[in-house]
Amino acid sequence: MSNPQIEIQLIASLVAISCAIPGVFLVLRKMALISDAISHSILPGIVLGFFITQDLNSPILIMLAAGTGIITVVLVERIQKTGLVKEDTAIGLVFPALFSIGVLLIAKNANDIHLDIDAVLLGELAFAPFDRFLLFGTDLGPKAGWVMGVILLITLVLLYLFFKELKVSTFDVGLSSALGFSPAILHYGLMSVSSITVVGAFDAVGAILVVALMIAPAATAYLLTSDLKKMLWLSVCFGVFAAIGGYWLAHWLDANIAGSITTILAVVFC
Amino acid sequence: MTQKIAIQVDDLTVAYNYKPVLWDIDLVIPQGVLMAIVGPNGAGKSTLIKAILGIIDPIAGSVAIYGKPYKKQRKLVAYVPQKGSVDWDFPTTALDVVMMGTYGSLGWIKRPGQREKKAALEALEKVDMLSFKNRQISQLSGGQQQRIFLARALVQNASIYFMDEPFQGVDASTEIAIINILKELRKAGKTVVVVHHDLQTVPEYFDWVTFLNVKKIATGAVKDIFNDDNLTKTYGINYKVAVNK
Amino acid sequence: MSITEYFNLIFSDYTLRNISLGTAVLGVICGMLGSFAVLRKQSLLGDAISHAALPGIALAFLITGGKDSNVLLLGALVSGLVGAFWIRGMISKTHLKSDTALGLILSLFFGFGMMLLTYIQKQPNANQAGLDKYLFGQAATLVESDVLLMIGVTGVALLVVLLFWKEFKLLLFDQDYTKTLGFNTKFIDILITFFIVLAIVIGLQTVGVVLMSAMLLAPAAAARQWTSSLAMMVFLAALIGGFSGVFGTAISATQNNLSTGPVIVLVASFFVVISFVFSPTRGLLFKQIRLIKNRRDLKLKKTLQFMYGIAQTHENIDHPHTIRILNNFQGFTKKSLRKMEENQWILLNKQQWSLTSKGFKEAQNLFNQQPQHE
Repeated sequence: MSNPQIEIQLIASLVAISCAIPGVFLVLRKMALISDAISHSILPGIVLGFFITQDLNSPILIMLAAGTGIITVVLVERIQKTGLVKEDTAIGLVFPALFSIGVLLIAKNANDIHLDIDAVLLGELAFAPFDRFLLFGTDLGPKAGWVMGVILLITLVLLYLFFKELKVSTFDVGLSSALGFSPAILHYGLMSVSSITVVGAFDAVGAILVVALMIAPAATAYLLTSDLKKMLWLSVCFGVFAAIGGYWLAHWLDANIAGSITTILAVVFC
Repeated sequence: MTQKIAIQVDDLTVAYNYKPVLWDIDLVIPQGVLMAIVGPNGAGKSTLIKAILGIIDPIAGSVAIYGKPYKKQRKLVAYVPQKGSVDWDFPTTALDVVMMGTYGSLGWIKRPGQREKKAALEALEKVDMLSFKNRQISQLSGGQQQRIFLARALVQNASIYFMDEPFQGVDASTEIAIINILKELRKAGKTVVVVHHDLQTVPEYFDWVTFLNVKKIATGAVKDIFNDDNLTKTYGINYKVAVNK
Repeated sequence: MSITEYFNLIFSDYTLRNISLGTAVLGVICGMLGSFAVLRKQSLLGDAISHAALPGIALAFLITGGKDSNVLLLGALVSGLVGAFWIRGMISKTHLKSDTALGLILSLFFGFGMMLLTYIQKQPNANQAGLDKYLFGQAATLVESDVLLMIGVTGVALLVVLLFWKEFKLLLFDQDYTKTLGFNTKFIDILITFFIVLAIVIGLQTVGVVLMSAMLLAPAAAARQWTSSLAMMVFLAALIGGFSGVFGTAISATQNNLSTGPVIVLVASFFVVISFVFSPTRGLLFKQIRLIKNRRDLKLKKTLQFMYGIAQTHENIDHPHTIRILNNFQGFTKKSLRKMEENQWILLNKQQWSLTSKGFKEAQNLFNQQPQHE
């Protein structure tokens, strides 16, 4: 195995773990499709961020795009609260509109912006090792790896600290608020983590495959265990397995890595 | 009344959009009673409990638990929601659900330890569910799920218990087991407020009752006010019930 | 090109006519069938199905090696249907909820499809051009036969909807009840799902996998705000869908670098926003106005009730009381008292108020009416 090959598998695994953890809670909260909505509607945020920073891995871009993700969640909730349409309809209305704006922004500024619309959906994991993180002239590895590593670290710390709170507010919102754990804070916390993860992973695996990495491992694990902790562990294992297996499938077929990872996820689920 | 006041509700009015659900409720619940809230469907029984617990925002009025707002007295209160309000497919065990009752006193971030586990096991024993402690919650019967919910409230070690229709969809033996535990709580000086549907059992189970139908019709000791007059006022039709006697 | 030029060209220019007609017809069929999807709470089924269609296109291409668009659409139809029924199976046979099932099928099928597509693109002999358009849609590639196919499908769908109208309506409202009446609900259900999948598949070429769901949802969600009748809703949704198609095409044709699909979606979303805000019965604007008015009424009535309580203690209901007596009660202001006088509930006289007989009756009725509001 060459160095870039190892790096790609490492990044893919980091993405898989970072997605699997919030994914478990999204599935249990019946909010799996929110990840779909977020992954699409961050596009305008990414485009705007790219105008400003010209760097897909810049923290500013990530925060800006994650902000668009949160706006999506808020918009969906607002629309749902009016009682005019059901929640799923609200989701289905918000994200295509935001995604369209993003697509048009790219199309209108095709000359200034080197964002390939295909890459938005697919990601370009194969190119990730070319973008190096240089500090005082020393090569510290691929940038995408550092970005995902930091996101994963934050996710893990938050999960460790607030596991109990997340569990109770996912299981029983009423009890959670009666006990003094504001469901709203936990909800938006989870949404923020999910948004940041989606944005970070987006560059590597693309919009729709983020959804696969969030939902599929969690759903598979959900069918196999009735213990929340085991469910988290299993999801992480499935995610990593699919990441590495997918890489070699893509290598063998000479196809897109993200698509192959998803295919492995599908096989694991079946 | 020489008893201490556990819960005091003043002018409570709740409306969804513009439909009033609770209208100008004044209610005083003394400490140490086992009280039923009765009334027809849509009378606002569950809403009253939720408004007292701050789960729903009222448009007017105030609630005091032992003289202070609910937010400051949270630890004194335990709530048993309707069974249907949660997803029983959630991947967790009976013991774990009961442990959740201890989370409130733990506060943010701190994790439950041996002490919490012991308390949860004791509560499970009280509701006669100890042998089911490692059972996945979706595999429990309706009655067993209700017992788990009660155990979760017991573990909170509160002074006031609110229960939303605890007897809905449970078997007769569970109903008796639950009411016996509630009576024990009353003996220990706790206050228990139950949304109740079955008028027949009110005199047998409870010593205090509130008639509710958007407005408060009456509240007081069962022996004083549980009569045809109040039933008729609450349910609208002439209720020459087969109730007791 | 300006808008007027566009409308001149629409009749003479072959491509433009095809595109405009195609998007309009697509809007109509999506609006019509989307209404059923929205009312069945299957709004996102369209999203899942459109993504699920992708591997079908790729597989059809791999098997036949050609890019005859009808064969590709057949592949899309088959894999869309597989996805749709897999979702239903998953929901009924496992404890996975509908959102998870939808998300799974959506992302897994799509990922598999993407793998196949990239695999195809790397094949040296494959004539791969033209598969990309199914991702984001390229209305410009519509030719006359595509449009004719769309019109044909729409015609059949319309016929089926008219034929099974009663059954569809019943099923939407109450599935179990429909069964007790002796209808084969499974058949009706499959019929609706089949046509929804069909509508999605024929729209893929125009607006693409990603945005197809909005075509289905937005017109229906907008139409729902204006009417409570199913027939009217289906009709309006078809109309709004058609208009979105034409306007979207017009805007994108008159500007550089504006792809048709996203513009149509944004036009449809604009209709939704307008409907949400301005619909007279359900719209947010009027609802807010009514809400404020009702809250105020509610407060006034509380004050009135308080006055009623005081007045009851006197033999004459019109016995005057000082305003100061109300001070114990939070809910009165000079404005609210004046408002009550306007309603002829009370009479104000300097620092005194008295209840009128109308106000007395109103307060009495308040008492009796409350429960019936439920």
